[in-house]
Amino acid sequence: MSDPKFEPGAEPALPIPDGDGGTDLDVAVLPSFGFGHRSLMWWGTWGMIAIEGTVFALTIATYFYLRGQGTQWPIAEPPPDLLWGTLNVLVFLASAVPNQAAKRAAERYDLAGARRATLGCAALGMVLLILRVFEFRHLNCRWDTDAYGSVVWTLLGFHTAHLLTDWLDTAVLGVMLCTGPIEGKRYVDVSENAMYWYFVLASWLPIYGVIYWVPRLPPVLSP
Amino acid sequence: MSIHDTRSAELEATWRDPPGLRGVLSAVNHKTIGRRFIVTAFSFFVAAGILAGLMRLQLMHPGNTVLGPDRYAQIFTMHGTTMMFLFAVPVMQAVAVYVVPLMIGARSIAFPRLNAYAFWIYLFGGVMLYGAFLLNVGPDAGWFAYVPLSGPAYSPGKRVDFWAQMITFTELSGLLEAVIQITTIFKLRAPGMTLNRLPLYVWSVLVTNFMILFAMPAVMLSSTALIMDRLVGTHFYNPAEGGDVLLWQHLFWFFGHPEVYFIFVPALGFMSTIIATFSRRQIFGYTAMVVALIATAFLAFGLWVHHMFATNLPELGKSFFTAVSMMIAIPSAVQIFCWLATLKTGRLVMEVPLHFVLAFFFILVVGGLTGVMLAAVPLDLQVHDTYFVVAHFHYVLIGGAVFPLVGAFYYWFPKVTGRMLSGVLGRWHFWLFFAGFNLTFFPMHVLGLLGMPRRVYTYPADPGWGALNLLSTVGDWITGVSFLLFALNVWRALARGMPAGANPWGAPTLEWATSSPPHAANFPRVPLVRGVAPLWLAEPYAGHVRGLADTQREVLATTVLDAAPDHRMIMPTPTIWPFLSAVATTMLFIGSIFTPWAVVWGTVPVAVALVAWFWPTRAETAEHLALEKRP
Repeated sequence: MSDPKFEPGAEPALPIPDGDGGTDLDVAVLPSFGFGHRSLMWWGTWGMIAIEGTVFALTIATYFYLRGQGTQWPIAEPPPDLLWGTLNVLVFLASAVPNQAAKRAAERYDLAGARRATLGCAALGMVLLILRVFEFRHLNCRWDTDAYGSVVWTLLGFHTAHLLTDWLDTAVLGVMLCTGPIEGKRYVDVSENAMYWYFVLASWLPIYGVIYWVPRLPPVLSP
Repeated sequence: MSIHDTRSAELEATWRDPPGLRGVLSAVNHKTIGRRFIVTAFSFFVAAGILAGLMRLQLMHPGNTVLGPDRYAQIFTMHGTTMMFLFAVPVMQAVAVYVVPLMIGARSIAFPRLNAYAFWIYLFGGVMLYGAFLLNVGPDAGWFAYVPLSGPAYSPGKRVDFWAQMITFTELSGLLEAVIQITTIFKLRAPGMTLNRLPLYVWSVLVTNFMILFAMPAVMLSSTALIMDRLVGTHFYNPAEGGDVLLWQHLFWFFGHPEVYFIFVPALGFMSTIIATFSRRQIFGYTAMVVALIATAFLAFGLWVHHMFATNLPELGKSFFTAVSMMIAIPSAVQIFCWLATLKTGRLVMEVPLHFVLAFFFILVVGGLTGVMLAAVPLDLQVHDTYFVVAHFHYVLIGGAVFPLVGAFYYWFPKVTGRMLSGVLGRWHFWLFFAGFNLTFFPMHVLGLLGMPRRVYTYPADPGWGALNLLSTVGDWITGVSFLLFALNVWRALARGMPAGANPWGAPTLEWATSSPPHAANFPRVPLVRGVAPLWLAEPYAGHVRGLADTQREVLATTVLDAAPDHRMIMPTPTIWPFLSAVATTMLFIGSIFTPWAVVWGTVPVAVALVAWFWPTRAETAEHLALEKRP
C-alpha cells in the first residue's frame, strides 16, 4: 500500500501522519471552503451537467434516428427561419463576457464586481428568453404535425428549460448578492453558477446546428 | 464524565434530527433518511411479492378464474414495475445512503437536504402509483410499456400515464442520489483513505452511480416522449406521422440493460464485503476486482439490443451485441474466481449472511448459463416471450441481487439497530427461501421450452403445463413462508434481540468502528486511515482528526485521489423545505397527467420552495462566518 500523497496544487492539504496511532491532525487551520474541484458544489454541478448533457445527446440521437426513418427531412414543412436562433447564438456568445467576469470577481472575493456581473448575466438571460419566444414562433412547424415537429419542439423545449432554470438561479443569486447575507461560500456559488452557465451556452451550439442547419443540408446528404 | 464523553454528547445533540412531527418532515441525517429509504423499498418489495403470489394463485391450475385478464395485466405490470423501479434500484441506493458515509469514515453524506428531497420524491412516486392501482387505474402494458400497446391508440385512459410519471419520480430520485453518492465518495472520505484503500463495496456503489448518470436519462427521455405522444399529440412513436415504434425499444433498453447492472453491481459489493469478513481475510485480487467492476459498467452499455433480437434489426448488428453479451461474462468470471480464491484460502465462519452469499454462486451460475444461451440469436428467437426468459431473469435478479441483499440485511442489521437477528430463524429463512425459490422458478425453464408464453392470465389443459405450474405455485408459498419467518426474526430482534456491540462479526471496515446504532455524528473522532481493512490492523489508525466544531455540523473535505485533508465545511441543518419542495414537485408531476398546463403553473410553487430552501438565514450565516477561513 503506497503512502498517502498530495495532489499537486491542492494547497494547503495537510500531510497525514503515518505513525501507529496517537497522532492527532489539527484541521482547524484549514480553509472553510474551496473553489473548483475542491468544492463539493463543483462535483454536484458536474454531475448535473453529465445527466443533462446525456439528455441532450440522446435527444439529438433521436432526432437523427427519426430523420433516418423517411426519405425527406423536414417531413413536410420548411426549415426553421434562421434569424432568431442565430441572433441567440450571438447573444449567448456575448454572455460569456459577464459570465467570466462574475467567475473572476467571485474568485477574488470582489462582492461589487460579482454583483454587477451576475446581474449583467441575468439581464442577458432575459434577452435570450425573449428571443427564445420568437424562435418558437419561427420554427415553421408544430409539435403535433409530425415526428419532425415533435423532436424539434422537444429539443428546443429541453434547452429552454435549462435556460429558464439557470436564469432563475442567476437572478436569485444576483439578488442575494445585493441583499446578503454574504459568507465565503456564496463566492463558490457564483463561480459554480458561472460554470453551469457555460454548459447552457456550450450545449446551445450543437443544438442550434441540429435544429437550424440539419434541415438545410444539401440533397446529397439527405436521409 | 471524561472530556471525550462530554464532547461526544455535544456532537450527538448537534447532529441529531429534531424530535416530533417536525423531525419526521425535516430530518436530514443520512442514517435517518437511509433507514426510511430501506424500509420504504422493502415495503414495495412486500407489495410486489403479494402481487406475485396472486399471479401464482391464478396460474396454479389451467383455466383458473381467480383473476380476470384485465386485473391480471395490471398485476403483472405492477409486479414488474414495482420490483424494478420501486424496489431493486432504489433499495441499492438506499443501503448506500446509510452505509457508505459510515464505511468511508465521514460524518455526513454530501448534500444532505437534497438526499432528503430524493427520498420524498421516491416515496411520493411510489404512493402515487399504488394509489392509481387501487383506483383501478394501474398500468397494464407491462413493466417496459412497449409502444404501440402503451401508446394513445391502444391504451386510452390514464393507466399508462401514471406509469410514465412514476418513471419521472423514481428516475429523478435515482439521478439525484447518483450525484450525491459520487460526491460523497470522492470528497468526504476520512483522511488517508486513498482510492486504493476504498472498500470494494464503496467501489461498486461508485461504479453503479456513474452508470446511473448516463443510463437513466434515456428512460426519462423515452417516457417523456411517450407521455407527450399520449397527452399533447406528438408523434415520436407514431409511424403514420414519421415516428417509429422501435425507437422506444432502443431508448428503453439503452437504460434497461444497464439497469440490470444498477442492481447487480452493488450486490457484487455486498458479496465482497461479506465474503471478506466471514473468510477472515481480504478479498483476493483487489485491483482485478476493481477493474472488473469498471469493465462491467462499460460493457453494460453495449448490450441493449440483445433485448431486441426478435425485431427486424440488421443481423450483423445483432452479432455485435451477441459478442458483447458474451464478453461481459469475462469480468463477472474474474470476480467469481477471486471470491472462490478468497473462500478457499480463508477461515470460513458460517454465519447467516455467508449462507445467502454462497447461494449466489449456485443460482447466478444457472442464470448466467441461460443468459449465455439467450445471447445467441437463434436460441433467443425460439424462447423469446416464453417462461424460459421469466426463469432466466428471476435467477439472475434474485440470485444475483436479492440473495446478496438479504445477506447484507442480516450483516448490517446489528449496526443499524444495535440488535442481533436470530441465527436459527435466519437459517430457516435461508433454506426455505433457497428451496422455495428454486421450486418456483426452475420449472419455468421447462415450461418455456414447452412453449408457455409469459404474460398470459390463464392457459388450457391440453399442453400439459398444469403440473409444473402447480409446482411453481407451491414453491412460491414456501418462499412466502420463508419471508414471514424473516419478518418474525426482525420483529423479535427489535423487541428483545441480543445487543450487538460495535463489531459483532469482527469485520474490518470503518462502519464497525463506531457504536451500534451509530452515534449521530457517525464518528465522535474521525480516524486517519492507514489500510484497506483498518480494523484488522494491530494499530487501526494513524491517529485522529482534531479541530472540527462540536456545535455545528462541520465536516472535513478531502482530495479526490489521496484523501488528503483539504478544507472544512459546514453541512446544512434540518429543514422542512426539501419536504415542501417534494410536495410541490409531486403536484406538478401528477397535475401534468391531467393537463399540460400543470407544467406551467406547477413550476411556480416548485420555484418558490426551492428558493426558500436555498435562501440562507442571517443567524446561520453568522455562525458560519465565525468559523470561516478563506483559502
